[in-house]
Amino acid sequence: MRKVTTINSILRCCSNGKYLPLGCTRPSHKVSPVLPAFSSQLIRIRSYSTVTPEGEDRPEFPGAKSGWTDRLEFVKSDLYDGIPVYRVMDREGKVLQEDEDPKLPEEMIVQMYRSMTLLNTMDKILYESQRQGRISFYMTNYGEEGTHVGSAAALNPDDMVFGQYRESGVLMWRGFTLDNFMNQCYGNELDLGKGRQMPVHYGSKDLGFVTISSPLGTQMPQAVGAAYAFKRAQKGQCVICYFGEGAASEGDAHAAFNFSATLECPIIFFCRNNGYAISTPTSEQYRGDGIAGRGPAYGLLSIRVDGNDTLAVYNATKRAREMAVKENRPVLIEAMTYRIGHHSTSDDSSAYRSVDEVRFWDSTDHPISRLRNYMLNHGWWNDDKEQEWKKKSKTAVMEAFARAEKKLKPDWRLMFTDVYEQMTPDLKQQLQGMEDHLKKYGDHYPLKNYAKSNSPIE
Amino acid sequence: MWSHVTPRCVQCIKNKSFVRPFHKPSFQGKSSTASQVSNRKQITVGPLQNRISNVLQQWTRSYSAHFTYVPDTVPSSEGETVRMNLFQAVNNAMDIALASDPTAIIFGEDVAFGGVFRCTLNLQEKHGKDRVFNTPLCEQGIAGFGIGAAVAGATVIAEMQFADYIFPAFDQIVNEAAKFRYRCGNEFDCGRLTFRAPCGAVGHGALYHSQSPEAYFAHTPGLKIVMPRGAVKAKGLLLSCIRSNDPCIFFEPKILYRSAVEQVPTRDYELPIGKADILLEGENVTLLGWGTQVHVLREVAQLAQDRLNVTCEVIDLVTIQPWDRETIYNSVVKTGRLVIAHEAPLNCGLGAEIAASVQKECFLNLEAPIQRVTGHDTPFPHVFEPFYIPDKWRCLEAVRAAVEF
Repeated sequence: MRKVTTINSILRCCSNGKYLPLGCTRPSHKVSPVLPAFSSQLIRIRSYSTVTPEGEDRPEFPGAKSGWTDRLEFVKSDLYDGIPVYRVMDREGKVLQEDEDPKLPEEMIVQMYRSMTLLNTMDKILYESQRQGRISFYMTNYGEEGTHVGSAAALNPDDMVFGQYRESGVLMWRGFTLDNFMNQCYGNELDLGKGRQMPVHYGSKDLGFVTISSPLGTQMPQAVGAAYAFKRAQKGQCVICYFGEGAASEGDAHAAFNFSATLECPIIFFCRNNGYAISTPTSEQYRGDGIAGRGPAYGLLSIRVDGNDTLAVYNATKRAREMAVKENRPVLIEAMTYRIGHHSTSDDSSAYRSVDEVRFWDSTDHPISRLRNYMLNHGWWNDDKEQEWKKKSKTAVMEAFARAEKKLKPDWRLMFTDVYEQMTPDLKQQLQGMEDHLKKYGDHYPLKNYAKSNSPIE
Repeated sequence: MWSHVTPRCVQCIKNKSFVRPFHKPSFQGKSSTASQVSNRKQITVGPLQNRISNVLQQWTRSYSAHFTYVPDTVPSSEGETVRMNLFQAVNNAMDIALASDPTAIIFGEDVAFGGVFRCTLNLQEKHGKDRVFNTPLCEQGIAGFGIGAAVAGATVIAEMQFADYIFPAFDQIVNEAAKFRYRCGNEFDCGRLTFRAPCGAVGHGALYHSQSPEAYFAHTPGLKIVMPRGAVKAKGLLLSCIRSNDPCIFFEPKILYRSAVEQVPTRDYELPIGKADILLEGENVTLLGWGTQVHVLREVAQLAQDRLNVTCEVIDLVTIQPWDRETIYNSVVKTGRLVIAHEAPLNCGLGAEIAASVQKECFLNLEAPIQRVTGHDTPFPHVFEPFYIPDKWRCLEAVRAAVEF
């Protein structure tokens, strides 16, 4: 009698680094319940199998997990059909499987919708303000609002967020105020980041959102380190790390996936696959089954979700969080979505994609309209509420914008602080040198635009 | 072949007089559009690209330029010239490199559609997808891939989207590209390898779109490092780098991409690596810079003449490594005073290396301590940029300190 070991069973068991033969019954080695269609659809068993005679030794190479085979056979990259895209609603906001509806209370769904639309309104105004030269730079979140709010709503407030740069909705959900956003974009004296970074590089210790850094992928291994520290602290906290499918090509992404698996860290890797890294389409970014397809190879629990289905994102993140925290297992979520806006205000995407393509996603498959349809179907929303909220949110954004614009920039001497915890003698000397210089040449500098700090700069 | 770009005020230099004011109005604040370029085939720009170019001015538009751009001019003996800005000159150099060398390839992030700074515009259409192509978003991959292709006989032009993002490739560049020939006993080399990277202050780039990382690489034996001050220099120097048998890093000051407009010779030409340019001759103080800073220093020379009644010799170092010691030493022997200015931070910046060398070679000629005017020893800040950069007033004060010592 011969026992057939399939990729299927390896996938079930490899995510915690141990090989177990078919029939393993340990709870953690079962196919995750969030992947109902995964095992059946994923594998074409006939195309790849290893055959081990009963009772015969298995390969004993260090790190080997499989059996022997006497068939000369290369593993094909199209071994399986691809991880399916999990969704809860169709494009009309109709729930497909009643038991997949998270049945969130009305006020929570409305709050999620308000966050997504407020973000959209803020984006429009800040994008325009950059066009008018009032702020220096901006990046919109158009089309990805569902990935932000759906995932953020499924986390605990004390979970830590490592973002890339297009996750403003996560911060908004966590309580970053319009004033906070505007102050950062203006780099004024109320900016938590003290005017040092470009617009959209938000961060807030109170909200557990680590300040954004422009280099791509650098946050990923950092997030794993944070998750490891959380694991040791045993407070039931988890880390979520956002990144794009482009950043997933950076070497840091590999390090992050691998470290998280070997060190068994409570982390959710949340990939926003929006189709483009600036101009580079996914077809030039990767081959194989996307980002989620890499998960099994690294030993990560993996799922692909419809990022425009806010409830699907919520369900996936909620379950991922439970597994990450309870079992100390890293989870990879690939949310499929579409970047409706340009990469940034420095970009004009009509150079590399058609206006029709953008219009399709904007008009046909937008996360905001889908969640609105869900609310309409439940009778929780109507045109009057929509109009009232639109007006109210726009006013709130404009008022915050005006407040931020009036503020001075921070004291220029804050340029020298926070390089080190304590300013070094060299920096003190350079600061003094600038003070002396400005006494003499101050007329040539925009000093009137900068506040004068009342507290000592040190 | 001419090897030295004559500065615009050459006649005045020859006459030992100084040009005040400069002969032509500066191009400050003037944004060029591709339509200003004549319809030469290799830089033809369609209406769509025109529109895109206008939008993409974000990174190259100077909200309040801290310098006045002074264009180079070339003698009429150089033949046909075309009005180009720096990104068009870079594009033109790469076009020539691809046409003249069938092994040449160009790649990087977003290169296929023309690059975020439009430097590779139309090159894929013209030379093919196998020669001009996008890579996945991975700088260490770009560097390693480039080294391998060069080792196997290709001429490689690899783009790092911003110099600030070159650091994931640091290992490949510093430990591999720089040391390849040496460690192989010259069995193998990756000399036909050029990295292009936009660098420098731009008015609103903050920490990660403003850095000038030349000193990190100057500390590594085996690399040649070049930074042009304008379009004419960029074309000739880039062609020299591409054809050099040593790996090169070509830093392009991004604020000059549009503002540096010159009449650029259309023919294939190279300019020497390792040769500094004396842009203005003077008797009292040597002002040394590279890239954008050269233009700041030209203005400082003017201010010093007007306010301090001293004449400054302005030198563009051009090549960061190997730097032109002879030209610098000769100048300092003459003037007795040296002011070095660069955007990168003070500590261990290239100014430190130059100052140490000059004090050794010109010790008895020095009338004052060597002055360095640089970015502060902090990360490059966003809203504080006017207080961070080595602007003309800080440089002028250094001239005063040198003269009044």
